[in-house]
Amino acid sequence: MMVRTATMLALLLAAAPVAAQVQAPPPAPVAAPAQDEGLSVTVTDESAWQDLQVAIPAFATDREQPTPANSQGTTALGLELARVIYNDLKNNALFRPTGPDSLPKPGYSEITAPAFGTWRGRSAEDLVQGFVRAGADGRLTVGCYLYDVALGEELTRGGWVVQPSDWRRAAHKCADLVYSRLSGESPFFDSKIAYIAETGPKDHRVKRLAIMDSDGANHRFITNGQATALTPRYSPDYSKIAYVSFLNGYSRIYVYDIGSGRQTLVTQSTNPTFAPRWSPDGRTILYSMAIGGNTDIYSVSASGGGTPRRLTDSPGIDVGGSFSPDGSKVVFESDRSGNQQIYVMNADGTNQRRISFFGGRAATPEWSPRGDLIAFTHIVGDLRVAVMTPSGGGLRYLTNDWQDEAPTWSPNGRIVQFFRTARGSGQASIWQVDLTGKNLRRLPTPVGASDPAWGPVLP
Amino acid sequence: MNRLAITLAAASALALTACAKKPPAQLPPPPQDTSTPTDNGPVANNGPIPGSEEHFKSVMNGRDVIYFDTDKYDIDSEDAAALRQQAQYLLQYSNIRATVEGHCDERGTREYNLALGERRANAAKNYLVSLGVPAARLTTVSYGKERPVALGSNEQAWAQNRRAVTIVLQ
Repeated sequence: MMVRTATMLALLLAAAPVAAQVQAPPPAPVAAPAQDEGLSVTVTDESAWQDLQVAIPAFATDREQPTPANSQGTTALGLELARVIYNDLKNNALFRPTGPDSLPKPGYSEITAPAFGTWRGRSAEDLVQGFVRAGADGRLTVGCYLYDVALGEELTRGGWVVQPSDWRRAAHKCADLVYSRLSGESPFFDSKIAYIAETGPKDHRVKRLAIMDSDGANHRFITNGQATALTPRYSPDYSKIAYVSFLNGYSRIYVYDIGSGRQTLVTQSTNPTFAPRWSPDGRTILYSMAIGGNTDIYSVSASGGGTPRRLTDSPGIDVGGSFSPDGSKVVFESDRSGNQQIYVMNADGTNQRRISFFGGRAATPEWSPRGDLIAFTHIVGDLRVAVMTPSGGGLRYLTNDWQDEAPTWSPNGRIVQFFRTARGSGQASIWQVDLTGKNLRRLPTPVGASDPAWGPVLP
Repeated sequence: MNRLAITLAAASALALTACAKKPPAQLPPPPQDTSTPTDNGPVANNGPIPGSEEHFKSVMNGRDVIYFDTDKYDIDSEDAAALRQQAQYLLQYSNIRATVEGHCDERGTREYNLALGERRANAAKNYLVSLGVPAARLTTVSYGKERPVALGSNEQAWAQNRRAVTIVLQ
């Protein structure tokens, strides 16, 4: 068994919602209005909730204290927390947020008793307030409260105890709480992205494995670029990354253990392997292997050992694979019909059938975490990112550019990231677009970027 | 974990000797280059050592590379002529080994191109084997679209990048 080194960031988030047991001052046990639906937000039309004006003033602190989270103490950290939340919402075009830099700063005692009059005067419809406290053990307690300003009521609250180094996660959790409560969608901010950082000219491109938070923060290069790295995928628990490296001169899949820094080969075979994929439960890895020019898809236990199982046997190229959320099916790519098309099979390889019938070539299918759609690359001269239903209907383009490739889903299945290659220079960059095809934006990365893989929401 | 615990000292492993071999760094001559083909066999006295990578390349004079149509991997008559010349050389220097690199143009998806490059390399290799070159002396590798030689984004550049390159190993 592969030992799971318990040094993951995710595991460091010790406590769950502090809710009412937050000690001392803040939340006077206000009758938690959690479920009373009555007048609260019941909007289901996306465009309607998008218009909500949300004020996010700086988080307060009970007393100014130094913290390893920053160099200026908890007061400054309260401002930073609100900025992260504001940027999460603003950069993803969610609601109409106003950030802490243009708002008054509520005091600690106001966090649970907002000055609603003031906020109404600023035409805020919703209000996000919070606090941060440094505990004796150095850990931070962050509380987050969402209010309906018109009603003068609390809509929801959450609290988290985090290591100082994880302070941004508390902000993302708060942004997720606000987003989920107001939109009715599942959260996605507290998640990470693995990708390939690219530097150098087109014919000497250096490609390094890198990771970052969903908002681009905590960026880190993992490989040094000596060997070309491609197509990373986070394991569902974020403890490992499977990716392709040319370390030994040809493509092979390595599983990199983030805690220990160790790498293992996904299979002992000396044939080239590529296109690694995890099952949703993290117990199985799919890989593609070329033997004598013929590529097929195999599955193998992620914990090592066991015999790989060959899932496809067509004489064509069968490659990739993405599990349905329940793990029962796999959508993959094959050129057995003469060119790249998309197929679905059961997870054991049975019942393979083509689902893409709309002309052009169809590649890199990825099943939405919600199960309702498959994102893929549609090739008709240009490469474009599109979605369709799992039965192959409802083709819809999300992008229209020269070369957009390899979509990956946000954990809640509402946003798709992909990479765009510039004509001529071959410069690559990561972009995202929501399911409406709107709100297209480029992600900030330190250097060129390709092959994004978005992981699930952290627990 | 009995997975051939190849624990490669972290990702920052620098050991790189294995992929020190470089793809042709410069643009190859266009496929139809017919300018004064050098004759087979050893060249001038102080030229490259016969049987060396450099010697092979100079003797082949562009025919160390064959080219493919979009999405294709079949060997046409022009490719066959180049591969016959390669086979002749490899049979003449019977102690050398060679690798065939498969490449694609940039207008395909990354993973499919890795598979397609493998197919192209194998098509070339199989042809060499059919001409009598022992399979044991030939290896293949696919770089997909990762190592273009022509840098433009146009039909001409793509045609030059859809290729299989034979490289003599030292």
